[in-house]
Amino acid sequence: MKVKLNVNGQQREVEVEPRKTLLDTLREDFLLVGSHVGCEHGVCGACTVLLDGEPSRSCLMFAVQADGYEITTIEGLAPAPGELSVVQDAFCEMHGLQCGYCTPGMVLTAHALLNHNDTPSREDIVEAISGNICRCTGYGQIVEAVEFAADRLRKANAPKQGVLEAAETNTSHGGRK
Amino acid sequence: MSSSRLPLKFVASNRRVREDRRFVAGQGHYVADVALDGVLHVAMVPSQHPAARIVSIDVSAAMKMPGVHYALTGEELAKATNPLMNGLDTPNVRRFPLAVGQVRYAGEWVVAVAAESRAQAEDAAEKVRIKYEPLPYVIDPEEALDPSSPPVHPEHGSNVLMDKTFVWGDVEKHFAESPRHLSFRVVWGRSSTVPIETFGVVVKWDPWREILDVWASIQMPKYPDQIARALRIPANDVRVHHDVDVGGAFGVKRGIKHTIVAAHLARLLGRPVRLIEDRLDNMRAGDAHGPDRTFDVEIAFNDDGIVKSMKMRALDNAGAYAGRAPFQLGKPIGAIVGPYKIQSVQYRAISVTSNKAAQEAVRGFGQSPTNYAIEAAIDKVAAAVGLDRIEVRRRNFIRSEEFPYLIPSGTRYDSGDYHTVVAKVLAHADYEGLKRERDALRAAGLCAGIGISACLEPSGGNSAFEPLLNEKNKTSTWMDSCRINVDGVGSITATIHTSSSGQGHETLAATVIGEVLGVNPDLIRIVRPDSLNSLPSNAPVGSRMAIMLGGAAFHAANKLKAKMMRLAAHQFGCSEKDVVYEGGVVSHPASKKKLDWAELVNIAHRNFHLLPEGMEPGLEVAHVMQVPTGTKLPENGRVQMYPCHSFEFHLVLLAFDPQVGKPEIKRYVIGHDCGVVINPGIVKGMTIGGIAHGIGAALLEEFVYDSEGQMVAQSFMDYLLPSSHEVPEVEIVHHCTPSPFTVFGQKGAGESGYMGAPAAISGAINDAVASFGISFSKLPIRIAAISDAIAAAQESKAKVQK
Repeated sequence: MKVKLNVNGQQREVEVEPRKTLLDTLREDFLLVGSHVGCEHGVCGACTVLLDGEPSRSCLMFAVQADGYEITTIEGLAPAPGELSVVQDAFCEMHGLQCGYCTPGMVLTAHALLNHNDTPSREDIVEAISGNICRCTGYGQIVEAVEFAADRLRKANAPKQGVLEAAETNTSHGGRK
Repeated sequence: MSSSRLPLKFVASNRRVREDRRFVAGQGHYVADVALDGVLHVAMVPSQHPAARIVSIDVSAAMKMPGVHYALTGEELAKATNPLMNGLDTPNVRRFPLAVGQVRYAGEWVVAVAAESRAQAEDAAEKVRIKYEPLPYVIDPEEALDPSSPPVHPEHGSNVLMDKTFVWGDVEKHFAESPRHLSFRVVWGRSSTVPIETFGVVVKWDPWREILDVWASIQMPKYPDQIARALRIPANDVRVHHDVDVGGAFGVKRGIKHTIVAAHLARLLGRPVRLIEDRLDNMRAGDAHGPDRTFDVEIAFNDDGIVKSMKMRALDNAGAYAGRAPFQLGKPIGAIVGPYKIQSVQYRAISVTSNKAAQEAVRGFGQSPTNYAIEAAIDKVAAAVGLDRIEVRRRNFIRSEEFPYLIPSGTRYDSGDYHTVVAKVLAHADYEGLKRERDALRAAGLCAGIGISACLEPSGGNSAFEPLLNEKNKTSTWMDSCRINVDGVGSITATIHTSSSGQGHETLAATVIGEVLGVNPDLIRIVRPDSLNSLPSNAPVGSRMAIMLGGAAFHAANKLKAKMMRLAAHQFGCSEKDVVYEGGVVSHPASKKKLDWAELVNIAHRNFHLLPEGMEPGLEVAHVMQVPTGTKLPENGRVQMYPCHSFEFHLVLLAFDPQVGKPEIKRYVIGHDCGVVINPGIVKGMTIGGIAHGIGAALLEEFVYDSEGQMVAQSFMDYLLPSSHEVPEVEIVHHCTPSPFTVFGQKGAGESGYMGAPAAISGAINDAVASFGISFSKLPIRIAAISDAIAAAQESKAKVQK
């Protein structure tokens, strides 16, 4: 059957079997392969996408159910080719990843958290990412990356004397070369 | 060999990991992302029985299903291929990708169905009709060891794959001399590293060029060779693409059987074929389980807690096929005494087949289970003599001035300073304060305990356990390599010859080459040629790449530097000894002459007439590196196993409600010494990630089989992986004792954290429940087991009081 999906700001139409998951549709029909297949039973979070800004398991949902939502995949986050969002850059700065397989889901989940809460506590971050399993990092540098991103976003949005500081942070890529 | 005494510019500095950029953007290139026109998808028909004779297979209904191209049976595949490689000398334990004649575990693949889509292949797989005649089966390793048990491979005659006893030193004399002995059993339950990406492979056969292209989520030494041998084709017909990003591996990504099924179908059907495990395939039949091991340990010691000798019997349940399981009993021989001065050891290593899924290599290759057994022994010695557990460890540690230190089984430990690492951790953690915190938690009605482990991570992996356990195997090299080319414009490109699974090898190679050449590593391109363009490599196993790829890159860069210096000296008309290389410029201080990078490149690429006699034009160098210290085959059951030995010391405080039994880790401190760290961010991630794996193995993860021989933990609802809630904030205390055997003094870190976390967590739980007079001797220690054991202890105490 035919379904219209709003993916990363674009309206796209596709013919799918009713049993096809949103995940398989994103990967196979739209070639958005940044959403990953991990467990296909809703535990690991590798397939996480944002539906109207909220993290959702694209493996637990049929494509036909996604009609009417604004779907954001990892491919929709980078502001321009080769340019990273603040959260993506923070994951690089803190090395909040290794193999990269859970990373798109983690980054999207972090984006959703920071959209709601720009001063998350460690507990807030741990809770937010607890539905995304990472087998490489033990989560330590992921939590640090989200804390770092929150700090940068706060500074970027800070008025008056905060502005200079924020501009500096945004251009220097933090402490590493 | 350690030649870098100069201050380091890039090595050990906090640089970004170059691979991260593509991953955070969702631009990794994983095997499931390989999209080939006309590709067919494979689904498997699994065995329902732990053991059964295959009476008949009827694929006719399946073949009529929409989109189906083929249904392949084991018998047909076996006629066209050779059995998969078997590391031991057990020719009658044959392994084919699909069961032939008999199934040997529940879930084992029997028929492979190829169709236009995975969904169609799965639909058709349900229509395959197989008649079985159930056979007796065996799940328990002690039963399997009993000669009357049903043999998993009747042609082999028994379930014993290997039963070897080594005696290193005068064990009986030391036992007789020691005033105190104790013995115990501990069990390491079957778990694994379970990457979030399952194994997958995509294969394309080109009959006109006679090339088999393979894209795979692979981490396996000699993968192209094994494919060629099994398919009976020349190895230069096999082209494995190493530029596939692997979504986590930790030892287990070795889908040779998957590859042979897909490759055979691709050749048969003339279409590309893709076989990507779903989670159920992966858990049940991916043949990627880890060690499943029972240790019986006897310790001889004195009243001061000094351990003199140890007898260890390790019985491992390999599952239905040999795989790498027996060798995982061999690697720990290289650190069989841990960080302790135990003078003699008797080690009996037994590997048995059973009707469980086959094992594969898992992070540490058997070392973490062995460390758990050794550390349990030290805790028990401390309890027996009434001394602090840390004090007993200190008394038995090898001292820093005693390195290099020869252990009884033939390995010389390179370096270490265990006492200092422990002192630093205790100071950082405020050990006395930590004990007070534990006591306060206890006073508040909780069970609280402190856990300790001190252990080694052998690194720089070679395969010395192969000739040690199989006399017919004469392997004495486990090389790795790097090639560097400077193009005609002066840009540097270097190669690595394996796929990677998040270890940051591109960053590693660029950092090392940049360091040696004095060039910004960010300007160095790193590429991964396919296997036909590769130099020999043995893949990122055995915590080896910092040592082996780092070493190969270092030596190659030095060859390049030497060539540029010789080239410049020839222009200056002086000896090579009189020129100085710095940051890509070669100068002759005496004459103040200088040639910069662009000039040297220009001469090498365009001015043959200016080259010294015998020098090849261009600037291309390669280095194939032998494992440091790996010079000899085993002698008298002794061998130098791995070259380097990283040290880690874990200190854990945890607490739980006695009625609930759910441990909460309150504090986790690890002291870590892996010599010179090349990239701090990478090593930190490895260590915390390894601790997370250790928490899983200690508390949560197990491939449980029921008495019917069925695996009952087949999904992530039953096989529990640690989430961000279960892994605490980890505090790392660094120490650096350089290795004398490596180019920068580096040691391995790829298995760090996992080496000692299970032992430390188990020790903490046993400390927490000691007041009930109970202890746990089997991992994982599940929540239910804790609360049940406490309830039972309280009940029996109440009965006694009545």
